[in-house]
Amino acid sequence: MSDTQTNSLAERLVARFGEVLGKVETVRGETTIEVAPSDLMQVATALRDEPDFDFSELIDVCGVDYLGYGQNEWETTSVSGAGFSRGVHGEATGRFDWEGRPRNVEMERRFASVVHLLSIRHNRRLRVRTFCEDDALPLVPSLVGLWPVANWFERESFDLYGIVYDGHPDLRRILTDYGFVGRPFRKDFPLIGNVEMRYDPDKKRVVYEPVTSVVPRVLVPRVIRDDVDLQQAKAEAADHWQEN
Amino acid sequence: MSAQEIRNYTMNFGPQHPAAHGVLRLVLEMDGETVVKADPHIGLLHRATEKLAESKPFNQSIGYMDRLDYVSMMCNEHGYVRAIENLLGIEAPIRAQYIRTMFDEITRILNHLMWIGSNALDLGAMAVFLYAFREREELMDCYEAVSGARMHATYYRPGGVYRDLPAKMPQYNESRWHKGADLKRLNQWREGSMLDFLDAFTDDFPSKVDEYENLLTNNRIWKQRTVDIGIISPEQAQAWGMTGPMLRGSGIEWDLRKKQPYAAYADMDFDIPVGVHGDCYDRYLVRVEEMRQSNRIIKQCVKWLREHSGPVMLNNFKVSPPSREAMKHDMEALIHHFKLFTEGYGVPAGETYAAVEAPKGEFGVYMISDGANKPFRVKVRAPSFVHLSSMDAITAGHMLPDVVAMIGTYDVVFGEVDR
Repeated sequence: MSDTQTNSLAERLVARFGEVLGKVETVRGETTIEVAPSDLMQVATALRDEPDFDFSELIDVCGVDYLGYGQNEWETTSVSGAGFSRGVHGEATGRFDWEGRPRNVEMERRFASVVHLLSIRHNRRLRVRTFCEDDALPLVPSLVGLWPVANWFERESFDLYGIVYDGHPDLRRILTDYGFVGRPFRKDFPLIGNVEMRYDPDKKRVVYEPVTSVVPRVLVPRVIRDDVDLQQAKAEAADHWQEN
Repeated sequence: MSAQEIRNYTMNFGPQHPAAHGVLRLVLEMDGETVVKADPHIGLLHRATEKLAESKPFNQSIGYMDRLDYVSMMCNEHGYVRAIENLLGIEAPIRAQYIRTMFDEITRILNHLMWIGSNALDLGAMAVFLYAFREREELMDCYEAVSGARMHATYYRPGGVYRDLPAKMPQYNESRWHKGADLKRLNQWREGSMLDFLDAFTDDFPSKVDEYENLLTNNRIWKQRTVDIGIISPEQAQAWGMTGPMLRGSGIEWDLRKKQPYAAYADMDFDIPVGVHGDCYDRYLVRVEEMRQSNRIIKQCVKWLREHSGPVMLNNFKVSPPSREAMKHDMEALIHHFKLFTEGYGVPAGETYAAVEAPKGEFGVYMISDGANKPFRVKVRAPSFVHLSSMDAITAGHMLPDVVAMIGTYDVVFGEVDR
């Protein structure tokens, strides 16, 4: 895929759909468009059927929870009298248990459903992102009618994120256990889970209990550095290249 | 006289059935011997790999990728590593690209050998399994020679591969089981380097594929079980998101190695086999031919790797560790080493989708980074998951034994279906 091709794809998308697209960008040759849930069906149908686009294959549907995007767990810029803080704080994955999980975590546009499309005829890919409008009930139209393969992908996203796909014929959990409670891939779901199971010799069966055998902890804090690490790294790589 | 009420029978297939390839629970609604509806229940092997990956620095999840599709390990690593490299904007040195290409193809043969063996076993042909595992053993030794592990190698790293190919192929020691002429035969290819070993292997392998074909291709029972079973039209294959041999079996010439080349595939000379009818037998033929083509690619890689030396890892201390020697006298190297193994490296904010042509189809990794040392979101697009989802649409109307043929032809591995 050359750059000119993908550029023209972005341009043609804008020309075709105009105002409907929230954002169109091409980074590293990958084109992403943002579409509101109400427009998704119309856009997706056109993307599949119009010969200019001809996205005959749906490659992937993926739920994303943007809660905590760009959050640090470790302060690295401010120095106190005692040096850098050694304690890790913040509420990222793995640091809390079911009882202490973050509540009231509503934010603007938290959940998104990301679709990857592939056109076999034009040898081209496209990413379509749809942000859900309501955190409490994330709702996106289902694409099962257009690409039947969306069926399991949407069930998976529903199972793990609780995103509801409107119009899905059979929206059941798919990956988690029968009778599972919670949406495990949400960022406010503890990494250690909410229940654990063991064999109870008295009851002579497997029982589920709140997690006690694992303590939530993180070995490596999540840290975002603003310095120019990578530019520097590239320069270093160029320097060292000859030495090899 | 009142009419007798006849109802469909609901049957559980698996999760303990040997033909369920692991932990597939298939709830079948049967009308006599005919399948009316197939409802696969998956997730019995769900480990939340993607969530675990979000809680770890980038490099620490490479090993998890091996455990997704645990019969094509290095291809999974390749997809994940490529996603990181995309975001970092780095590219592995050319020698590493050739090593990756070679090991991707070794992996493809490993996978197809496992597939041909287990699929034949499911359909009642015992011997093929034993033949296939004979060659699998040789290739697993290559995995072991290069990474120290027979299966879960963790060999690919962002910026290259962990280390260069070994100069000496490990040999069998004398033991109660291997001695005398037998030992000599086992070690006959192992006198030189790993490339010598692969040279000998690739010279010999086409004759081994002939042996599998002798057992199956014109075998009456094999053809009865596979010809015209599970026919997938090209339109259906695309609607169901099929990739890899499943798509090619239906006659669509689509292979990421050719269409969107990565690593060193652009320089390789090989053909893409396609099927005609889109039935189980065609997919069998496609996979067998793929083994021969992979063999060709390995040969070309071996030739190139013999002629060219060079680094196999970027000398970029933000993503790759400095040498032990440098660490002994260079303060910078020591600091880099410490930072790399305690904190990892930050990846610029952004998102990418990196796909490789894994033996089962398109294995893709969709990665979102917010600039931290851990991925914000990793989504694994597993080919087996996609293919298995079409189970109901394809098997409805088939007989019960054909379900087994279908599971075999999907080439499902539950490590990646359930993730």
